[in-house]
Amino acid sequence: MSILVNKETKVITQGITGNNGRFHTRQCLDYGTQVVGGVTPGKGGMEVEGVPVFDTVREAVEATGADASMIFVPAPFAGDAIMEAADAGIKVIVCITEGIPPLDALKAKKYVKEKGSVLIGPNCPGIITPEECKIGIMPGYIHKKGPVGVVSRSGTLTYEAVDQLTRRGIGQSTCVGIGGDPIPGTNFVDVLTLFQEDPETKAIVLIGEIGGRAEEEAAEFIKERVTKPVVAFIAGRTAPPGKRMGHAGAIISGGSGKAEDKIRALEEAGVAVAPTPAHIGETVEKVMKEKGLL
Amino acid sequence: MNVHEYQAKEVFKSYSIPVPRGGLAQTPQEARKVAQDIGGEKWVIKAQVHAGGRGKAGGIKLASSLDEVEKIAGEMIGMTLVTHQTGPEGKKVRMVLVEEAMDIVKEYYVGLTLDRSREAVAIMASTEGGVEIEEVARTSPEKIFIEYLDPVRGFSDYQGRKLAIKLGLKEHLRAVAGIFKGLARLYLEKDCSLAEINPLVLTSDGRVLALDAKINFDDNALFRHPDVRELWDPEEEDPKEREAKEYDISYVSLSGDIGCLVNGAGLAMATMDIIKYCGGEPANFLDVGGGADKEKVAKAFSIILQDPNVKAILVNIFGGIMRCDVLAEGVVAAAKELGLKVPLVVRLEGTNVEKGREILGSSGLDIINASDMYDAARKVVEAAGGSVKAE
Repeated sequence: MSILVNKETKVITQGITGNNGRFHTRQCLDYGTQVVGGVTPGKGGMEVEGVPVFDTVREAVEATGADASMIFVPAPFAGDAIMEAADAGIKVIVCITEGIPPLDALKAKKYVKEKGSVLIGPNCPGIITPEECKIGIMPGYIHKKGPVGVVSRSGTLTYEAVDQLTRRGIGQSTCVGIGGDPIPGTNFVDVLTLFQEDPETKAIVLIGEIGGRAEEEAAEFIKERVTKPVVAFIAGRTAPPGKRMGHAGAIISGGSGKAEDKIRALEEAGVAVAPTPAHIGETVEKVMKEKGLL
Repeated sequence: MNVHEYQAKEVFKSYSIPVPRGGLAQTPQEARKVAQDIGGEKWVIKAQVHAGGRGKAGGIKLASSLDEVEKIAGEMIGMTLVTHQTGPEGKKVRMVLVEEAMDIVKEYYVGLTLDRSREAVAIMASTEGGVEIEEVARTSPEKIFIEYLDPVRGFSDYQGRKLAIKLGLKEHLRAVAGIFKGLARLYLEKDCSLAEINPLVLTSDGRVLALDAKINFDDNALFRHPDVRELWDPEEEDPKEREAKEYDISYVSLSGDIGCLVNGAGLAMATMDIIKYCGGEPANFLDVGGGADKEKVAKAFSIILQDPNVKAILVNIFGGIMRCDVLAEGVVAAAKELGLKVPLVVRLEGTNVEKGREILGSSGLDIINASDMYDAARKVVEAAGGSVKAE
């Protein structure tokens, strides 16, 4: 078991004829993901990396039975691409594209919700169920199948955490990068809910960062509903207020969104917060051993 | 993207939001001329810099004669304004806004921003204007009234009327509701991340107008607003941050002495954190991005090298899309071109890591290799001449 995606998942790539779309389609295929097609308007009938290209998502779904999508469409058109996927009945929409205007993201998210689909991202590395299905840009080889669910607002910092886990022999059930934008399609609470319900996930790693209140909301949810052990790391303790730290969502404004507040909230909810990013793996191992999970 | 108050007020005018009469001046003589053209007996001279807290820092002054306008403008232009938002180095004032002085009866607050938890744009209004809204939110949240904009429907006129009545401005309902509507339209049409009037004032002659104006435009939407892009004032930005922006590198200048080059925003923040944890101070945040090529890496590295405060550099890369060999080529190119005069600590992991290490190893550069993030942080703190905090 895992969450959201597994070896049955059939994936299409939206924006498959672009450099990134093509490259990562290849990477996902090599990992073993069932990439069954791609979409680029006007390029229908082509073949890229051995998979057929369609003009619309609906055509792609009808021809291939795809139920997930990986979006590399440029930011000005990505909001529309998300809505096209939802309209065609795609259940899991993973938007890698960075730089989508927040107002577009708001509209797209509302529409996806109405259609009953799940949007992961935008501005995210994607989702991977190790050894089954990789939808996104993360390096596949650092992952290993196992009991830890990982959810994160950051890309490379997730790789860092996953690498530490794998080196200690601790595998992952599913790793979800929810992305660094202010309005993520799927948030911490959504993913925590799924991990709590997933029998194969025994422990959870949550990687947050400055900005917004997502970690505080996660802490409240963990306190009330999550019985599995959670380990967290929050990036940006040393970030100055008022400066956007790369991610559109990572900004301390008006005294809110600070790392200390998030760490305090998580600790009060019983979460073990790693003091540095280098201690994530170690902390997970310690907590899991204490609970008799390793 | 931030803009100046005078620019924000021009945008306000195009959305029928009333502002005091005024004009921009770059010299004391121009200031006098503006004041003369406006007429009246009292004027306000306001320093135009991208920072709040100008009043307390001496960047907003009242003049009651044309001579005084000229004198104050003369003092203000060229001065370095230090407010709680500028940092200790302050900001140089290059121009002032001269406006008619208002006889104020009461001050209010109006602002729009994205409420992340509600996932909607919020329009907020308060009877407590002219002070920091965060302070009001903390001490008397009951004095802040909020309406949410529907992501599809947008703003509805009745929401503006509701807020105006809650502010006790029933007598000025049409004028105030019109301001709310204008500000909401501006926010949505121009893709703002903040649109704020603080204070909105009621004057003794019964007018309601925006005494101050603050707009932040969302960087991600600038592609569809060429008119907004033109309002950018590069002079207001840190020269290194400006240079980075031109190359699409996320860079934030900080006050420490350890330069950092990292891929990914989260990892870049975490790298700063671990440096601090080990007893050092980062000189910058730098996310070179996922799809960086050799030229971009070289540019990023040269921006760090040019910072005179930097005593040591840490390169921390976890290659995903970013390939370690590309990174190594960029670092070597920049170091050879500009000369590497400070210690360089490198931690490489991920895609093509062996190739990357080989390129660095055979480059002839004096590189301190680190096995993991923690090791890297300790080594760079030591290299910068600091003492490493024990665990």
